[in-house]
Amino acid sequence: MIKRVWKVIEQFHFLLFCLLVLSLPLILRRFEAGDYYLSVLVLAGISSIVVIGLNLLMGYAGQISLGHAAFFGLGAYSSGIVTIRYGLSPWLGFALSIGLNAVVAYILAEPILKLKGHYLAMATLGLGMIFLTLFSNLAITGGSEGLSVAKLSILGYVLNSRELKEVNYYYFTWSIALLLMHLALNLVNSRVGRALRAIHASEIAAHSIGVDIAKFKTQVFVISAVYAGVAGSIFAHYSTFLCPPDFGLTQSIRLLTMGVIGGMSSIWGAVLGAAILTMLPQLLDVFAEYDILVYGLVLILAIIFMPQGMSQKISLGWEKLTGQGSQGS
Amino acid sequence: MKFADQLLQYLINGITNGGIYALIALGFTIIYKSTDIINFAQGEFVMLGAVFMSTLYNRAHLSLPVSFGFSVLAVAAVGILMEVLMIHPLRDGSVISQIMATIGASIFFRGSVMLIWGRNDLFVPFFSCGQPYRFFSAIFDRQYVWILVIALISMGVLHLFYEKTTHGKAMTACSANKKASMLVGINVQTMVILSFGLSAALGAVAGGVLAPFGMKYDSGVTFGLKGFCAAIVGGLGNNVGAMVGGFVLGVVEELGAGLISSNYKNALSFCILLAVLLIRPQGILFIRSGERV
Repeated sequence: MIKRVWKVIEQFHFLLFCLLVLSLPLILRRFEAGDYYLSVLVLAGISSIVVIGLNLLMGYAGQISLGHAAFFGLGAYSSGIVTIRYGLSPWLGFALSIGLNAVVAYILAEPILKLKGHYLAMATLGLGMIFLTLFSNLAITGGSEGLSVAKLSILGYVLNSRELKEVNYYYFTWSIALLLMHLALNLVNSRVGRALRAIHASEIAAHSIGVDIAKFKTQVFVISAVYAGVAGSIFAHYSTFLCPPDFGLTQSIRLLTMGVIGGMSSIWGAVLGAAILTMLPQLLDVFAEYDILVYGLVLILAIIFMPQGMSQKISLGWEKLTGQGSQGS
Repeated sequence: MKFADQLLQYLINGITNGGIYALIALGFTIIYKSTDIINFAQGEFVMLGAVFMSTLYNRAHLSLPVSFGFSVLAVAAVGILMEVLMIHPLRDGSVISQIMATIGASIFFRGSVMLIWGRNDLFVPFFSCGQPYRFFSAIFDRQYVWILVIALISMGVLHLFYEKTTHGKAMTACSANKKASMLVGINVQTMVILSFGLSAALGAVAGGVLAPFGMKYDSGVTFGLKGFCAAIVGGLGNNVGAMVGGFVLGVVEELGAGLISSNYKNALSFCILLAVLLIRPQGILFIRSGERV
């Protein structure tokens, strides 16, 4: 009987996760600080989207990016500029954010992804810093003074207006996050996913069996940039204020850390890592001044003792619990 | 000021910055040669050097040269600890996890310094007081002279170490071929530890000469990134390249800031970094194969 339950859970784990996500606001409503928790979860959802894209690039294709905050920022500023500077529909902002990220990533992918290992890390870091300098100096982004962004409205209904602000935006963010998660889960189990893993394992071997390395690398780079752009747009309308430090090296590192802690070669790991690291600062309130210290320590210890991330530990634990050697979640 | 005078001033500032960048780039290079790891905590060694020095001078009331020397030794010890506790366990890890680990270390150093010393700038007095020197029509700050002299001396000492001592030669051998070095009886692990100590010490020297300008917990990041650009520009894994890269970057950056716009000063270094990576990943100096497909 219990084995059957495990099996059902395993088979429908994505569906069960969706149910959990959808029912969380109903549970949190009972708490006094429910809105606050929801706002943390909105940010976790936004980060999840970026980290899912990042994990596709790093965990599956094995290409490091130390500049992903640039794409996040490009998306956020696209939305901000379209709605504020030109007064156009936010949906146009979303479209521009996706289009711009895809085009920029496509142009950059070819030369950048020729580099490997540390050289790629440095090049992406450099790109991130160049974008940060642009965000902080261009007139159209508001420079270091920042840029205000309008709230998001659908058919005249302002999503994050006063009363149901967090709940509405929670459902908006997480439905997009779940959709993109579903797409990514399908992608990694498809032909493309297998090609990416082959590239990760050995570029030469992948090439010799006919995998078009440049094509797949470019594709996954574009996909991960688009994920970051979508997240950026959602973030722009949620925070309603953009300032350059949000899109700098620190942010890139924060996103990477989420991937590392959750587990880079797993889509679930991305969501797990994003959720943990978004909530961690709230928990670290206990440590007050120590928070950066603890953060650095957590990162080092995670890399030394859980190089595959938490998601792998959990799936191993799950196999032990159910007493079977199947793939788990 | 006439244009030529301005140019001279930019050049002087650029060469001085270049000296600092060269020291930091050397630090990157030494560790990269011995472990194939880019140490993203290199800038934090600079910061630690300045912070330790200011503590020894202001709190322990030691003289300037003594606090300088002790802070260099202390930071070298930190570098060695970092190798033993963190890099060694990860020696077979993936590039991504090694990069993330050194980033973790840099966050940890920043956090510790913020916790112990607070968020304010820490200072030591200028090494010598008096009017700045005048070089034709340009102003040459006395501390700039100290920076250049100490940077050049450190580079000279490093060069002698590599060329004349057994340990230095053993380190060169290790970076050329680890297995062959082991076969001839070199203790590779000792050399790796030594390279972390040396690299941290160089960072601390840079931090020490910069200490009079003030340094706080997060000041190291920018220096680390610049030194990192310099190391690439000169060709990663090459001591001479690191030094040349440092001076080239310092001068180009200062000229760019002066002649184009100081807002884009940082972006300029990274544009140079990208250009070098894409066009000549082996660096501007030598013809060696970079790691490309």
